[in-house]
Amino acid sequence: MSESSSESLYDRIGGEAAVNAAVELFYRKVLTDYRINRFFDKTNMEEQIVKQKAFFTMAFGGPNTYTGQDMRNAHARLVKMGLDNSHFDAVMEHLGATLTELNVPAELIGEAAAIAESTRNDVLCK
Amino acid sequence: MTVKTTENLMTTIKIDEQNYSCEPEETVLDSLLRQNVEISYACKKGTCHSCMLRCTDGQLPAKSQGDLKDTLKIQNNFLACLCIPEQDITVALPDQSELFSEGTVVINEMLNRNTILLIIECHDVLEYKAGQFVNLQRADGLTRSYSISNTPQESKTLEFHIRRLPGGKFSEWVHEEIKVGDTLSVSEPKGHCFYIPERKEQGILLVGTGTGLAPLAGILTDALSHGHSGPIHLFHGSSVKEDLYRVEEMRQLSEQNQNFHYTPCISGGDVPEGFYQGRANTVALSEVSNLSGWRVFLCGHPEMINEMKTAAFLSGASIADIYTDAFHVATD
Repeated sequence: MSESSSESLYDRIGGEAAVNAAVELFYRKVLTDYRINRFFDKTNMEEQIVKQKAFFTMAFGGPNTYTGQDMRNAHARLVKMGLDNSHFDAVMEHLGATLTELNVPAELIGEAAAIAESTRNDVLCK
Repeated sequence: MTVKTTENLMTTIKIDEQNYSCEPEETVLDSLLRQNVEISYACKKGTCHSCMLRCTDGQLPAKSQGDLKDTLKIQNNFLACLCIPEQDITVALPDQSELFSEGTVVINEMLNRNTILLIIECHDVLEYKAGQFVNLQRADGLTRSYSISNTPQESKTLEFHIRRLPGGKFSEWVHEEIKVGDTLSVSEPKGHCFYIPERKEQGILLVGTGTGLAPLAGILTDALSHGHSGPIHLFHGSSVKEDLYRVEEMRQLSEQNQNFHYTPCISGGDVPEGFYQGRANTVALSEVSNLSGWRVFLCGHPEMINEMKTAAFLSGASIADIYTDAFHVATD
């Protein structure tokens, strides 16, 4: 990997520290949102936090190895449970709210949201 | 790019008197897999913690502990997939057969109608931390896990609270037969539910049911003796008053220590003065509603722990600051 002159979104947003700050805020929002909390396991919270970290790292354009197929495999079970656009929208809402709470500048939130949005079809297995 | 000489970066990983070579830039996980050592792993990037090992000798690179809990870090646990050794290390695999040492019973006395206080003298007690657990083993091999309820560093003994379970092979033996002078085998200390003397201004919430008081009392003693300055709240619950214990001792401790608050909880009907009505976890949440920045210890009934863990997180506690020890009843 080469180091480009313009910093990546991941670095501009604050790298791993930003991911760590975001995950717990986000997971609290998700667990208390009755529209979507049934899709999130709350018995193994450590494992969930690991997944949320991967999600934020991906949304920030950080180092991750997820392919579209991984996204499909990971969410197929949830799609069977009824996961659809409305739930994806709710997650996007919490993503935005979390980053706003952390005082991330609006244009960076926009970039992160665009990356997350790009996974919609894979997540929903369409 | 700098070219590194391979000779001085090659290291050795020692497991069970067996040496494994680790190439420069190679992780411990890759090295062991290459040499056909059976080891569990999954993500290979530090997130899943499947490949956690313990370093028993040698210096670990800081990066190799990833985002493990603080209590795991100070026991030298590390993630094999993140560890590129900078020097030779000795490593313990997770499933290696346990080391036991001989313990001798010095005190066995009742704490309440169904819980016994067992105090055992054994070697190397300094290695044990209040709140961790050990496996106690009878001569015929029957083994059960119990939590350490004291700070062994001070008394040079290990204390356990053992509740008599109807039909429980081990607990009935302890209650009916064991006597001072008897010996039993004591495993190495296990678990990561203990106090670390850092961030002493932090609030500490201790919630336990039944003999969940054992590890919590140990953690409490440890925190107070380290001069923990933040508020410490203990909620101990049971369905009836007769199954609580050390009530007076805890009340006295809270009179002697301004920052320690004790709340005995009874979930059943008859609640005498000085006790609180309700389950310990429910009462705790109503008394301490904002747990942001707190350290939380939950011990006892598995369901209480599951419920309370989520509640504590939603009340602001960080996952890394929540320590749990669920007591499961053995079925063999």
